[in-house]
Amino acid sequence: MKLTGAQILIKMIKSQGVDTIFGYPGGAVIDIYDELANHPDLRHILVRHEQGAVHSADAYARAKGDVGVSLVTSGPGATNTVTGIASAYLDSVPIVVFTGQVNSALIGNDAFQEVDIVGITRPCTKHNYLVKHVEDLARTIKEAFFIARSGRPGPVLVDLPKDVMTATIEFEEPGEVHIKSYRPTYTPNRKQLTKVVELIKQAKRPLIFAGGGVVLSKSSDEITKLAKRADIPVTASLMGLGTFPASDPLWLGMPGMHGTYRANMSIDSCDLMIAAGVRFDDRVTGRIEKFAPNARIVQIDIDPTSIHKNVSVDCPIVGDCKKSLALLNELLDKEDSAEVLGDKSQWLSQISEWKSTMPLRYDQGGEIIKPQFVIETLHELTQGKAIITTEVGQNQMWTAQYYGFDKPNHFITSGGLGVMGFGLPAAIGAKAACPDKLVIDVAGDGSIQMNIQELSTALEANLPVKIVILNNRYLGMVRQWQDLFYDKRYSSTPMECAPDFVKLAEAYGATGMRASKPSEVKETLEKGLAAEGTVIMEFVVEREELVYPMVPAGGGLTEMLLV
Amino acid sequence: MKDQKHIFSILVDNEPGVLSRIAGLFSGRGYNIDSLSVAQTVESNASRITMETRGDDHIIEQIIKQLHKLINVITVIDLTDKHHIKRELALIKVHAKPEHRAEILRIVDIFRCRVVDVGHEHYTIELSGDEEKLRAIMNLLKPMGIIEMARTGAIALARETATKNSN
Ligand SMILES: Cc1ncc(C[n+]2csc(CCOP(=O)(O)OP(=O)(O)O)c2C)c(N)n1
Ligand SMILES: [Mg+2]
Repeated sequence: MKLTGAQILIKMIKSQGVDTIFGYPGGAVIDIYDELANHPDLRHILVRHEQGAVHSADAYARAKGDVGVSLVTSGPGATNTVTGIASAYLDSVPIVVFTGQVNSALIGNDAFQEVDIVGITRPCTKHNYLVKHVEDLARTIKEAFFIARSGRPGPVLVDLPKDVMTATIEFEEPGEVHIKSYRPTYTPNRKQLTKVVELIKQAKRPLIFAGGGVVLSKSSDEITKLAKRADIPVTASLMGLGTFPASDPLWLGMPGMHGTYRANMSIDSCDLMIAAGVRFDDRVTGRIEKFAPNARIVQIDIDPTSIHKNVSVDCPIVGDCKKSLALLNELLDKEDSAEVLGDKSQWLSQISEWKSTMPLRYDQGGEIIKPQFVIETLHELTQGKAIITTEVGQNQMWTAQYYGFDKPNHFITSGGLGVMGFGLPAAIGAKAACPDKLVIDVAGDGSIQMNIQELSTALEANLPVKIVILNNRYLGMVRQWQDLFYDKRYSSTPMECAPDFVKLAEAYGATGMRASKPSEVKETLEKGLAAEGTVIMEFVVEREELVYPMVPAGGGLTEMLLV
Repeated sequence: MKDQKHIFSILVDNEPGVLSRIAGLFSGRGYNIDSLSVAQTVESNASRITMETRGDDHIIEQIIKQLHKLINVITVIDLTDKHHIKRELALIKVHAKPEHRAEILRIVDIFRCRVVDVGHEHYTIELSGDEEKLRAIMNLLKPMGIIEMARTGAIALARETATKNSN
């Protein structure tokens, strides 16, 4: 069968089980778009900015637990994807980004809309390719998907010169992917896990620390089973929220800079930490020398570079979180139940004391809306079942603290890179992946303006999302630092001039609502969530509310500023 | 922890961009490259990179893991603590005034190197050896005036007999 490069591309994308791609056309990919018109079974969602295409693909991947795909043109189309790719890289999200490229004969000549996107994205992709010959195309695409989703997942970019897309060859199905230099270790070392069994039996104050790797390896059942089996309290990083139900009594809340008092105190006091799929980011550890000073640390990760990188570990386990935790549970099942459970009453009562003396708290008076109250009410009304995306800043931290995630893949945020402008395109991507779910972007007034153009994408593609703007008329998180550490010199953080978000929504053809009083919060949310189509709900909130607790950068986890 | 010099032998896919991935990894993460040499191996689809770098144990561990993580890296061997043979090739162009020629040739003879190009004013000497030998001859030639010099950077291979038991 003779096929063009463009036909091979689409065939290979479909053969990976992909039904949706996010993209934006241009000269270098016009042949691909021309072919795409023949494939109604491959949905193309036309974004309004290529950064949005990548964030949408990222969230699509995370909501669905599969790979997300975007397609953009050469030059500016390609450079516009870089922020999205970097975010997916730091959060280990499997996406494949196809970029158009000028004719291969022109590469290197500074041709119109030529950039070396493979060079530009080398440090922020798991791997990338320039396809020089149409004969290599099918195999390269298959490899790209394989690399994106296997091992520690991540973004892969494939650069496609225009002449490769128009060339015709006899199509041959590529064989199984076999890359001799790439063999991730899935199966953990059993001996190491038997050591963990002993550590669990000896521990008086154990703790589980789950991260994004638990979401990626779909092992939240295994984490939950482990916690219950041995009665071990659980904390989870921003990326790991939802891997263990927040409604469970063993839940500690998130640790770190804006972690709960009890999570940070527990890390400080625990004598055993079982860390799974985490990379000990500085936002989590605080001052590294003071992190979990009394604990023996077990670290499970599929990526050996994550181990011993920031924190030195007593029992490293290289392997897939799901396989490792399943094996650990299997080994524990063979042990005497009472011995595994041990007597944790003192430990658990210490934790509940921390919880009751220093809970997350805010005071909702009668006049001004507290942002935390909006999130709590949102949780109540959605019963924790919505997929929540966020922007970056205080809005993101309050969502992490107050929404109470019970399930994985329901909280989608730009964790490692912290990209303002992530939430709206992410909501659109999540909605495309899970059309039956309610999808909500919790936004700040600053961040929402960074990719607001994606409202048109949501409307045109009929992917209704709800946007909750916590409007404090500040770049709130930066202002928080200025408030606490820079003598309240609010240099360039007030955002006095902003659009009327209600009118803005209407201008795009969406619905806009505003609440300014605490008494209006519930009603506005109820109406907005129930309304058909895309809705912006703006909440005019307390301007100078701060996110607490807060561990100042470089401080130890117990050095929390509390309300 | 103290910085130590390490020598790695890295087998990589012989593909465009691979060197840039490795160089980018080192510059992006702030690791040092002291010397680097790259060429195709027996099989045309693989190249061997010999690299000298420095770091404490923690950094060296990360360097090895990070190198392994690159898709195009096939194997990474740290030769530092293994028996290995290490060589470097240098070409040295030195002023050869008539009154110095005999002395230069004597040095060349002692160090078992060769004069590969002769001019009215200069000799070009080809020399291979380890770093110490290179430094020694450079010091001896310096007084005559070294015009220019090119070095390959170290290349190294593990010794067969010694590697059988170690991994
Ligand atoms: C693209 C980008 N630029 C700058 C920053 C730095 N930054 C982090 S939080 C923040 C303020 C965000 O303001 P807003 O969206 O209003 O959220 P708030 O903190 O007020 O809830 C800024 C500027 C960032 N994270 N991302
Ligand atoms: Mg704000």
